[in-house]
Amino acid sequence: MNEIETYEVQRRVKQRQQLGQIFKWLAFTATIIGLFFLALLLIDTWNKSVGWLDFQFLTSYPSRRPQETGILAAFVGSIVLVALTAMIAFPIGVSAAIYLEEYPTQGTLTRFIQANIANLAGVPSIVYGLLGLGIFVRQMGLGRSILAGALTMSLLILPIIIISAQEAIRAVPPSLRQASLALGATRWQTIWNQVLPMAFPGILTGTILALSRAIGETAPLITIGALTFIAFLPVSAEPPFVDVGSAFTVLPIQIFNWTSRPQAEFRNLAAAGIIVLLVILLGMNSIAIFLRNRLSKRSTY
Amino acid sequence: MAVNSLTTPQKKSIEFSGSTARRYYEGAIAAFLFLCAAISILTTIGIIGVLIFETVEFLRQVSIFEFLFGTVWTPLFEPPQFGVLPLVGATLVTSLIAMVVSLPIGMLAAIYLSEYASRRTRSILKPALEILAGVPTVVYGYFALTFVTPLLRDYIPDLKVFNGLTAGLVIGIMIIPLVSSLSEDAMNAVPNSLREAAYGLGSTKLEVTLRVVVPAALSGIVAAFILGISRAVGETMIVAIAAGQSTILQFNPLNPMETMTAFIARVSLGDNPQTSLEFKTIFAVGMLLFLVTFLLNIISQRVLAKYREVYQ
Repeated sequence: MNEIETYEVQRRVKQRQQLGQIFKWLAFTATIIGLFFLALLLIDTWNKSVGWLDFQFLTSYPSRRPQETGILAAFVGSIVLVALTAMIAFPIGVSAAIYLEEYPTQGTLTRFIQANIANLAGVPSIVYGLLGLGIFVRQMGLGRSILAGALTMSLLILPIIIISAQEAIRAVPPSLRQASLALGATRWQTIWNQVLPMAFPGILTGTILALSRAIGETAPLITIGALTFIAFLPVSAEPPFVDVGSAFTVLPIQIFNWTSRPQAEFRNLAAAGIIVLLVILLGMNSIAIFLRNRLSKRSTY
Repeated sequence: MAVNSLTTPQKKSIEFSGSTARRYYEGAIAAFLFLCAAISILTTIGIIGVLIFETVEFLRQVSIFEFLFGTVWTPLFEPPQFGVLPLVGATLVTSLIAMVVSLPIGMLAAIYLSEYASRRTRSILKPALEILAGVPTVVYGYFALTFVTPLLRDYIPDLKVFNGLTAGLVIGIMIIPLVSSLSEDAMNAVPNSLREAAYGLGSTKLEVTLRVVVPAALSGIVAAFILGISRAVGETMIVAIAAGQSTILQFNPLNPMETMTAFIARVSLGDNPQTSLEFKTIFAVGMLLFLVTFLLNIISQRVLAKYREVYQ
């Protein structure tokens, strides 16, 4: 190999490596571009909410005057809706996950259910709204009540709960089940006493993340007819403390309503509402991450 | 008990060797668990049932040909016309813009996370990127309308206050995590021996990435892409807030346009009587939306199943 050729080869290698460096930075930029966007969103929303996010805002019912309006009804509505959704979706979702993981008949039916759950997870949320409108609001005659909303939300987040609970159950080592069965425990005793306690933090994490999706959902509740001007709370002093037949509103609906108005004041109120919503989501996600970390520390199997 | 015969394994019945009472108890629990799992099937039946029922009612008054191929959508005016193409066109425009944003960015992010990033960087960036997917869509819609559109209007004078461009861009950013995490999974599934072989032949990292890893992971990337389209088509709040309500058939993203989802949301917000023909239109449009996203999801799953077979 003469000298000119060696030089040429070295030049090309260098060129290829330089191209690689450029590409690496391009890829890095692409990775953080979304985060940059997120930071912009948070800063901009915070700036717009300053001066509007105060005690009066948190404790007032909606009003046509921007200075007097507040998110009390929406805030309580969101909490009650999520609590009801959790009560409906959690037991059903976990039971379904147990069936799919612990009763492995591998029959056509189980496989069909599994494929069906995967498909349901991809159905647009507004279609769930149409389902809720057709079945719960009209057929079952629940009207535009918070119960109809919670049932709709439950169906929406069931696939997420089932899939994450399945993963948590699958992570429990089979040796644990075998040991329990060998000691004479029945299948259900094994599940109840061994598998579920072990999988519980994982199941809880998945459920909280699914519920945080429910808190942020707007479209299906628009379809089933959540209102925006609600000057009362769906709660009462006597048991059962919650009036499930009551009309309701939630934070995202209230934010949407304020955003749709042309006046700048209402836009700022929407920003304040968004901050409240994001703080709730942050709280829920922190709990989920905390549980996940605890889980990874505890599982020594 | 029909249900029980489905839930009890035929061979391994050793755990059912207790008393009769206990056997019934176990069977009852299995049946209950099965019913919970079956709710997902009932949900699907419910969705399809409601949509078909109302769509058939709708199609009694409007011909299916007019609905699918008509180019004028004025269900709330006299005389009402029910050509769904303007809504489909708007959905196409916003979804296309969203994919133009999210496909390259999502893929590059996946490449960075899978091939370049150190473990530490990855453990920070990946969850941070996931936050994007957790932000409620109404928040994105608000940001699109009050920040992105005014910003873009400084550079594009023809841009209307409500337009398809902003909505598409913001949907694109929202689905970056979806595209990137699924593509990254596909790239991680490429065996290291392939990379090592390419390095052994003298390839640089870029050449290994673009000529070996990406082609080997292509079906996973395609699946992610198709799922991304499905998500963009079904997105409601961003378009309902930022894209406007014009139902004229046109493809200029600088103009207001109403997608299928935004139409459903708008009619639901109004106070049309629930028995009216206008109200039935949202189910017909919902049916179309469901079919499109369902088809995309199925295609995505098929593509994904194919790539899984290769490396296992």
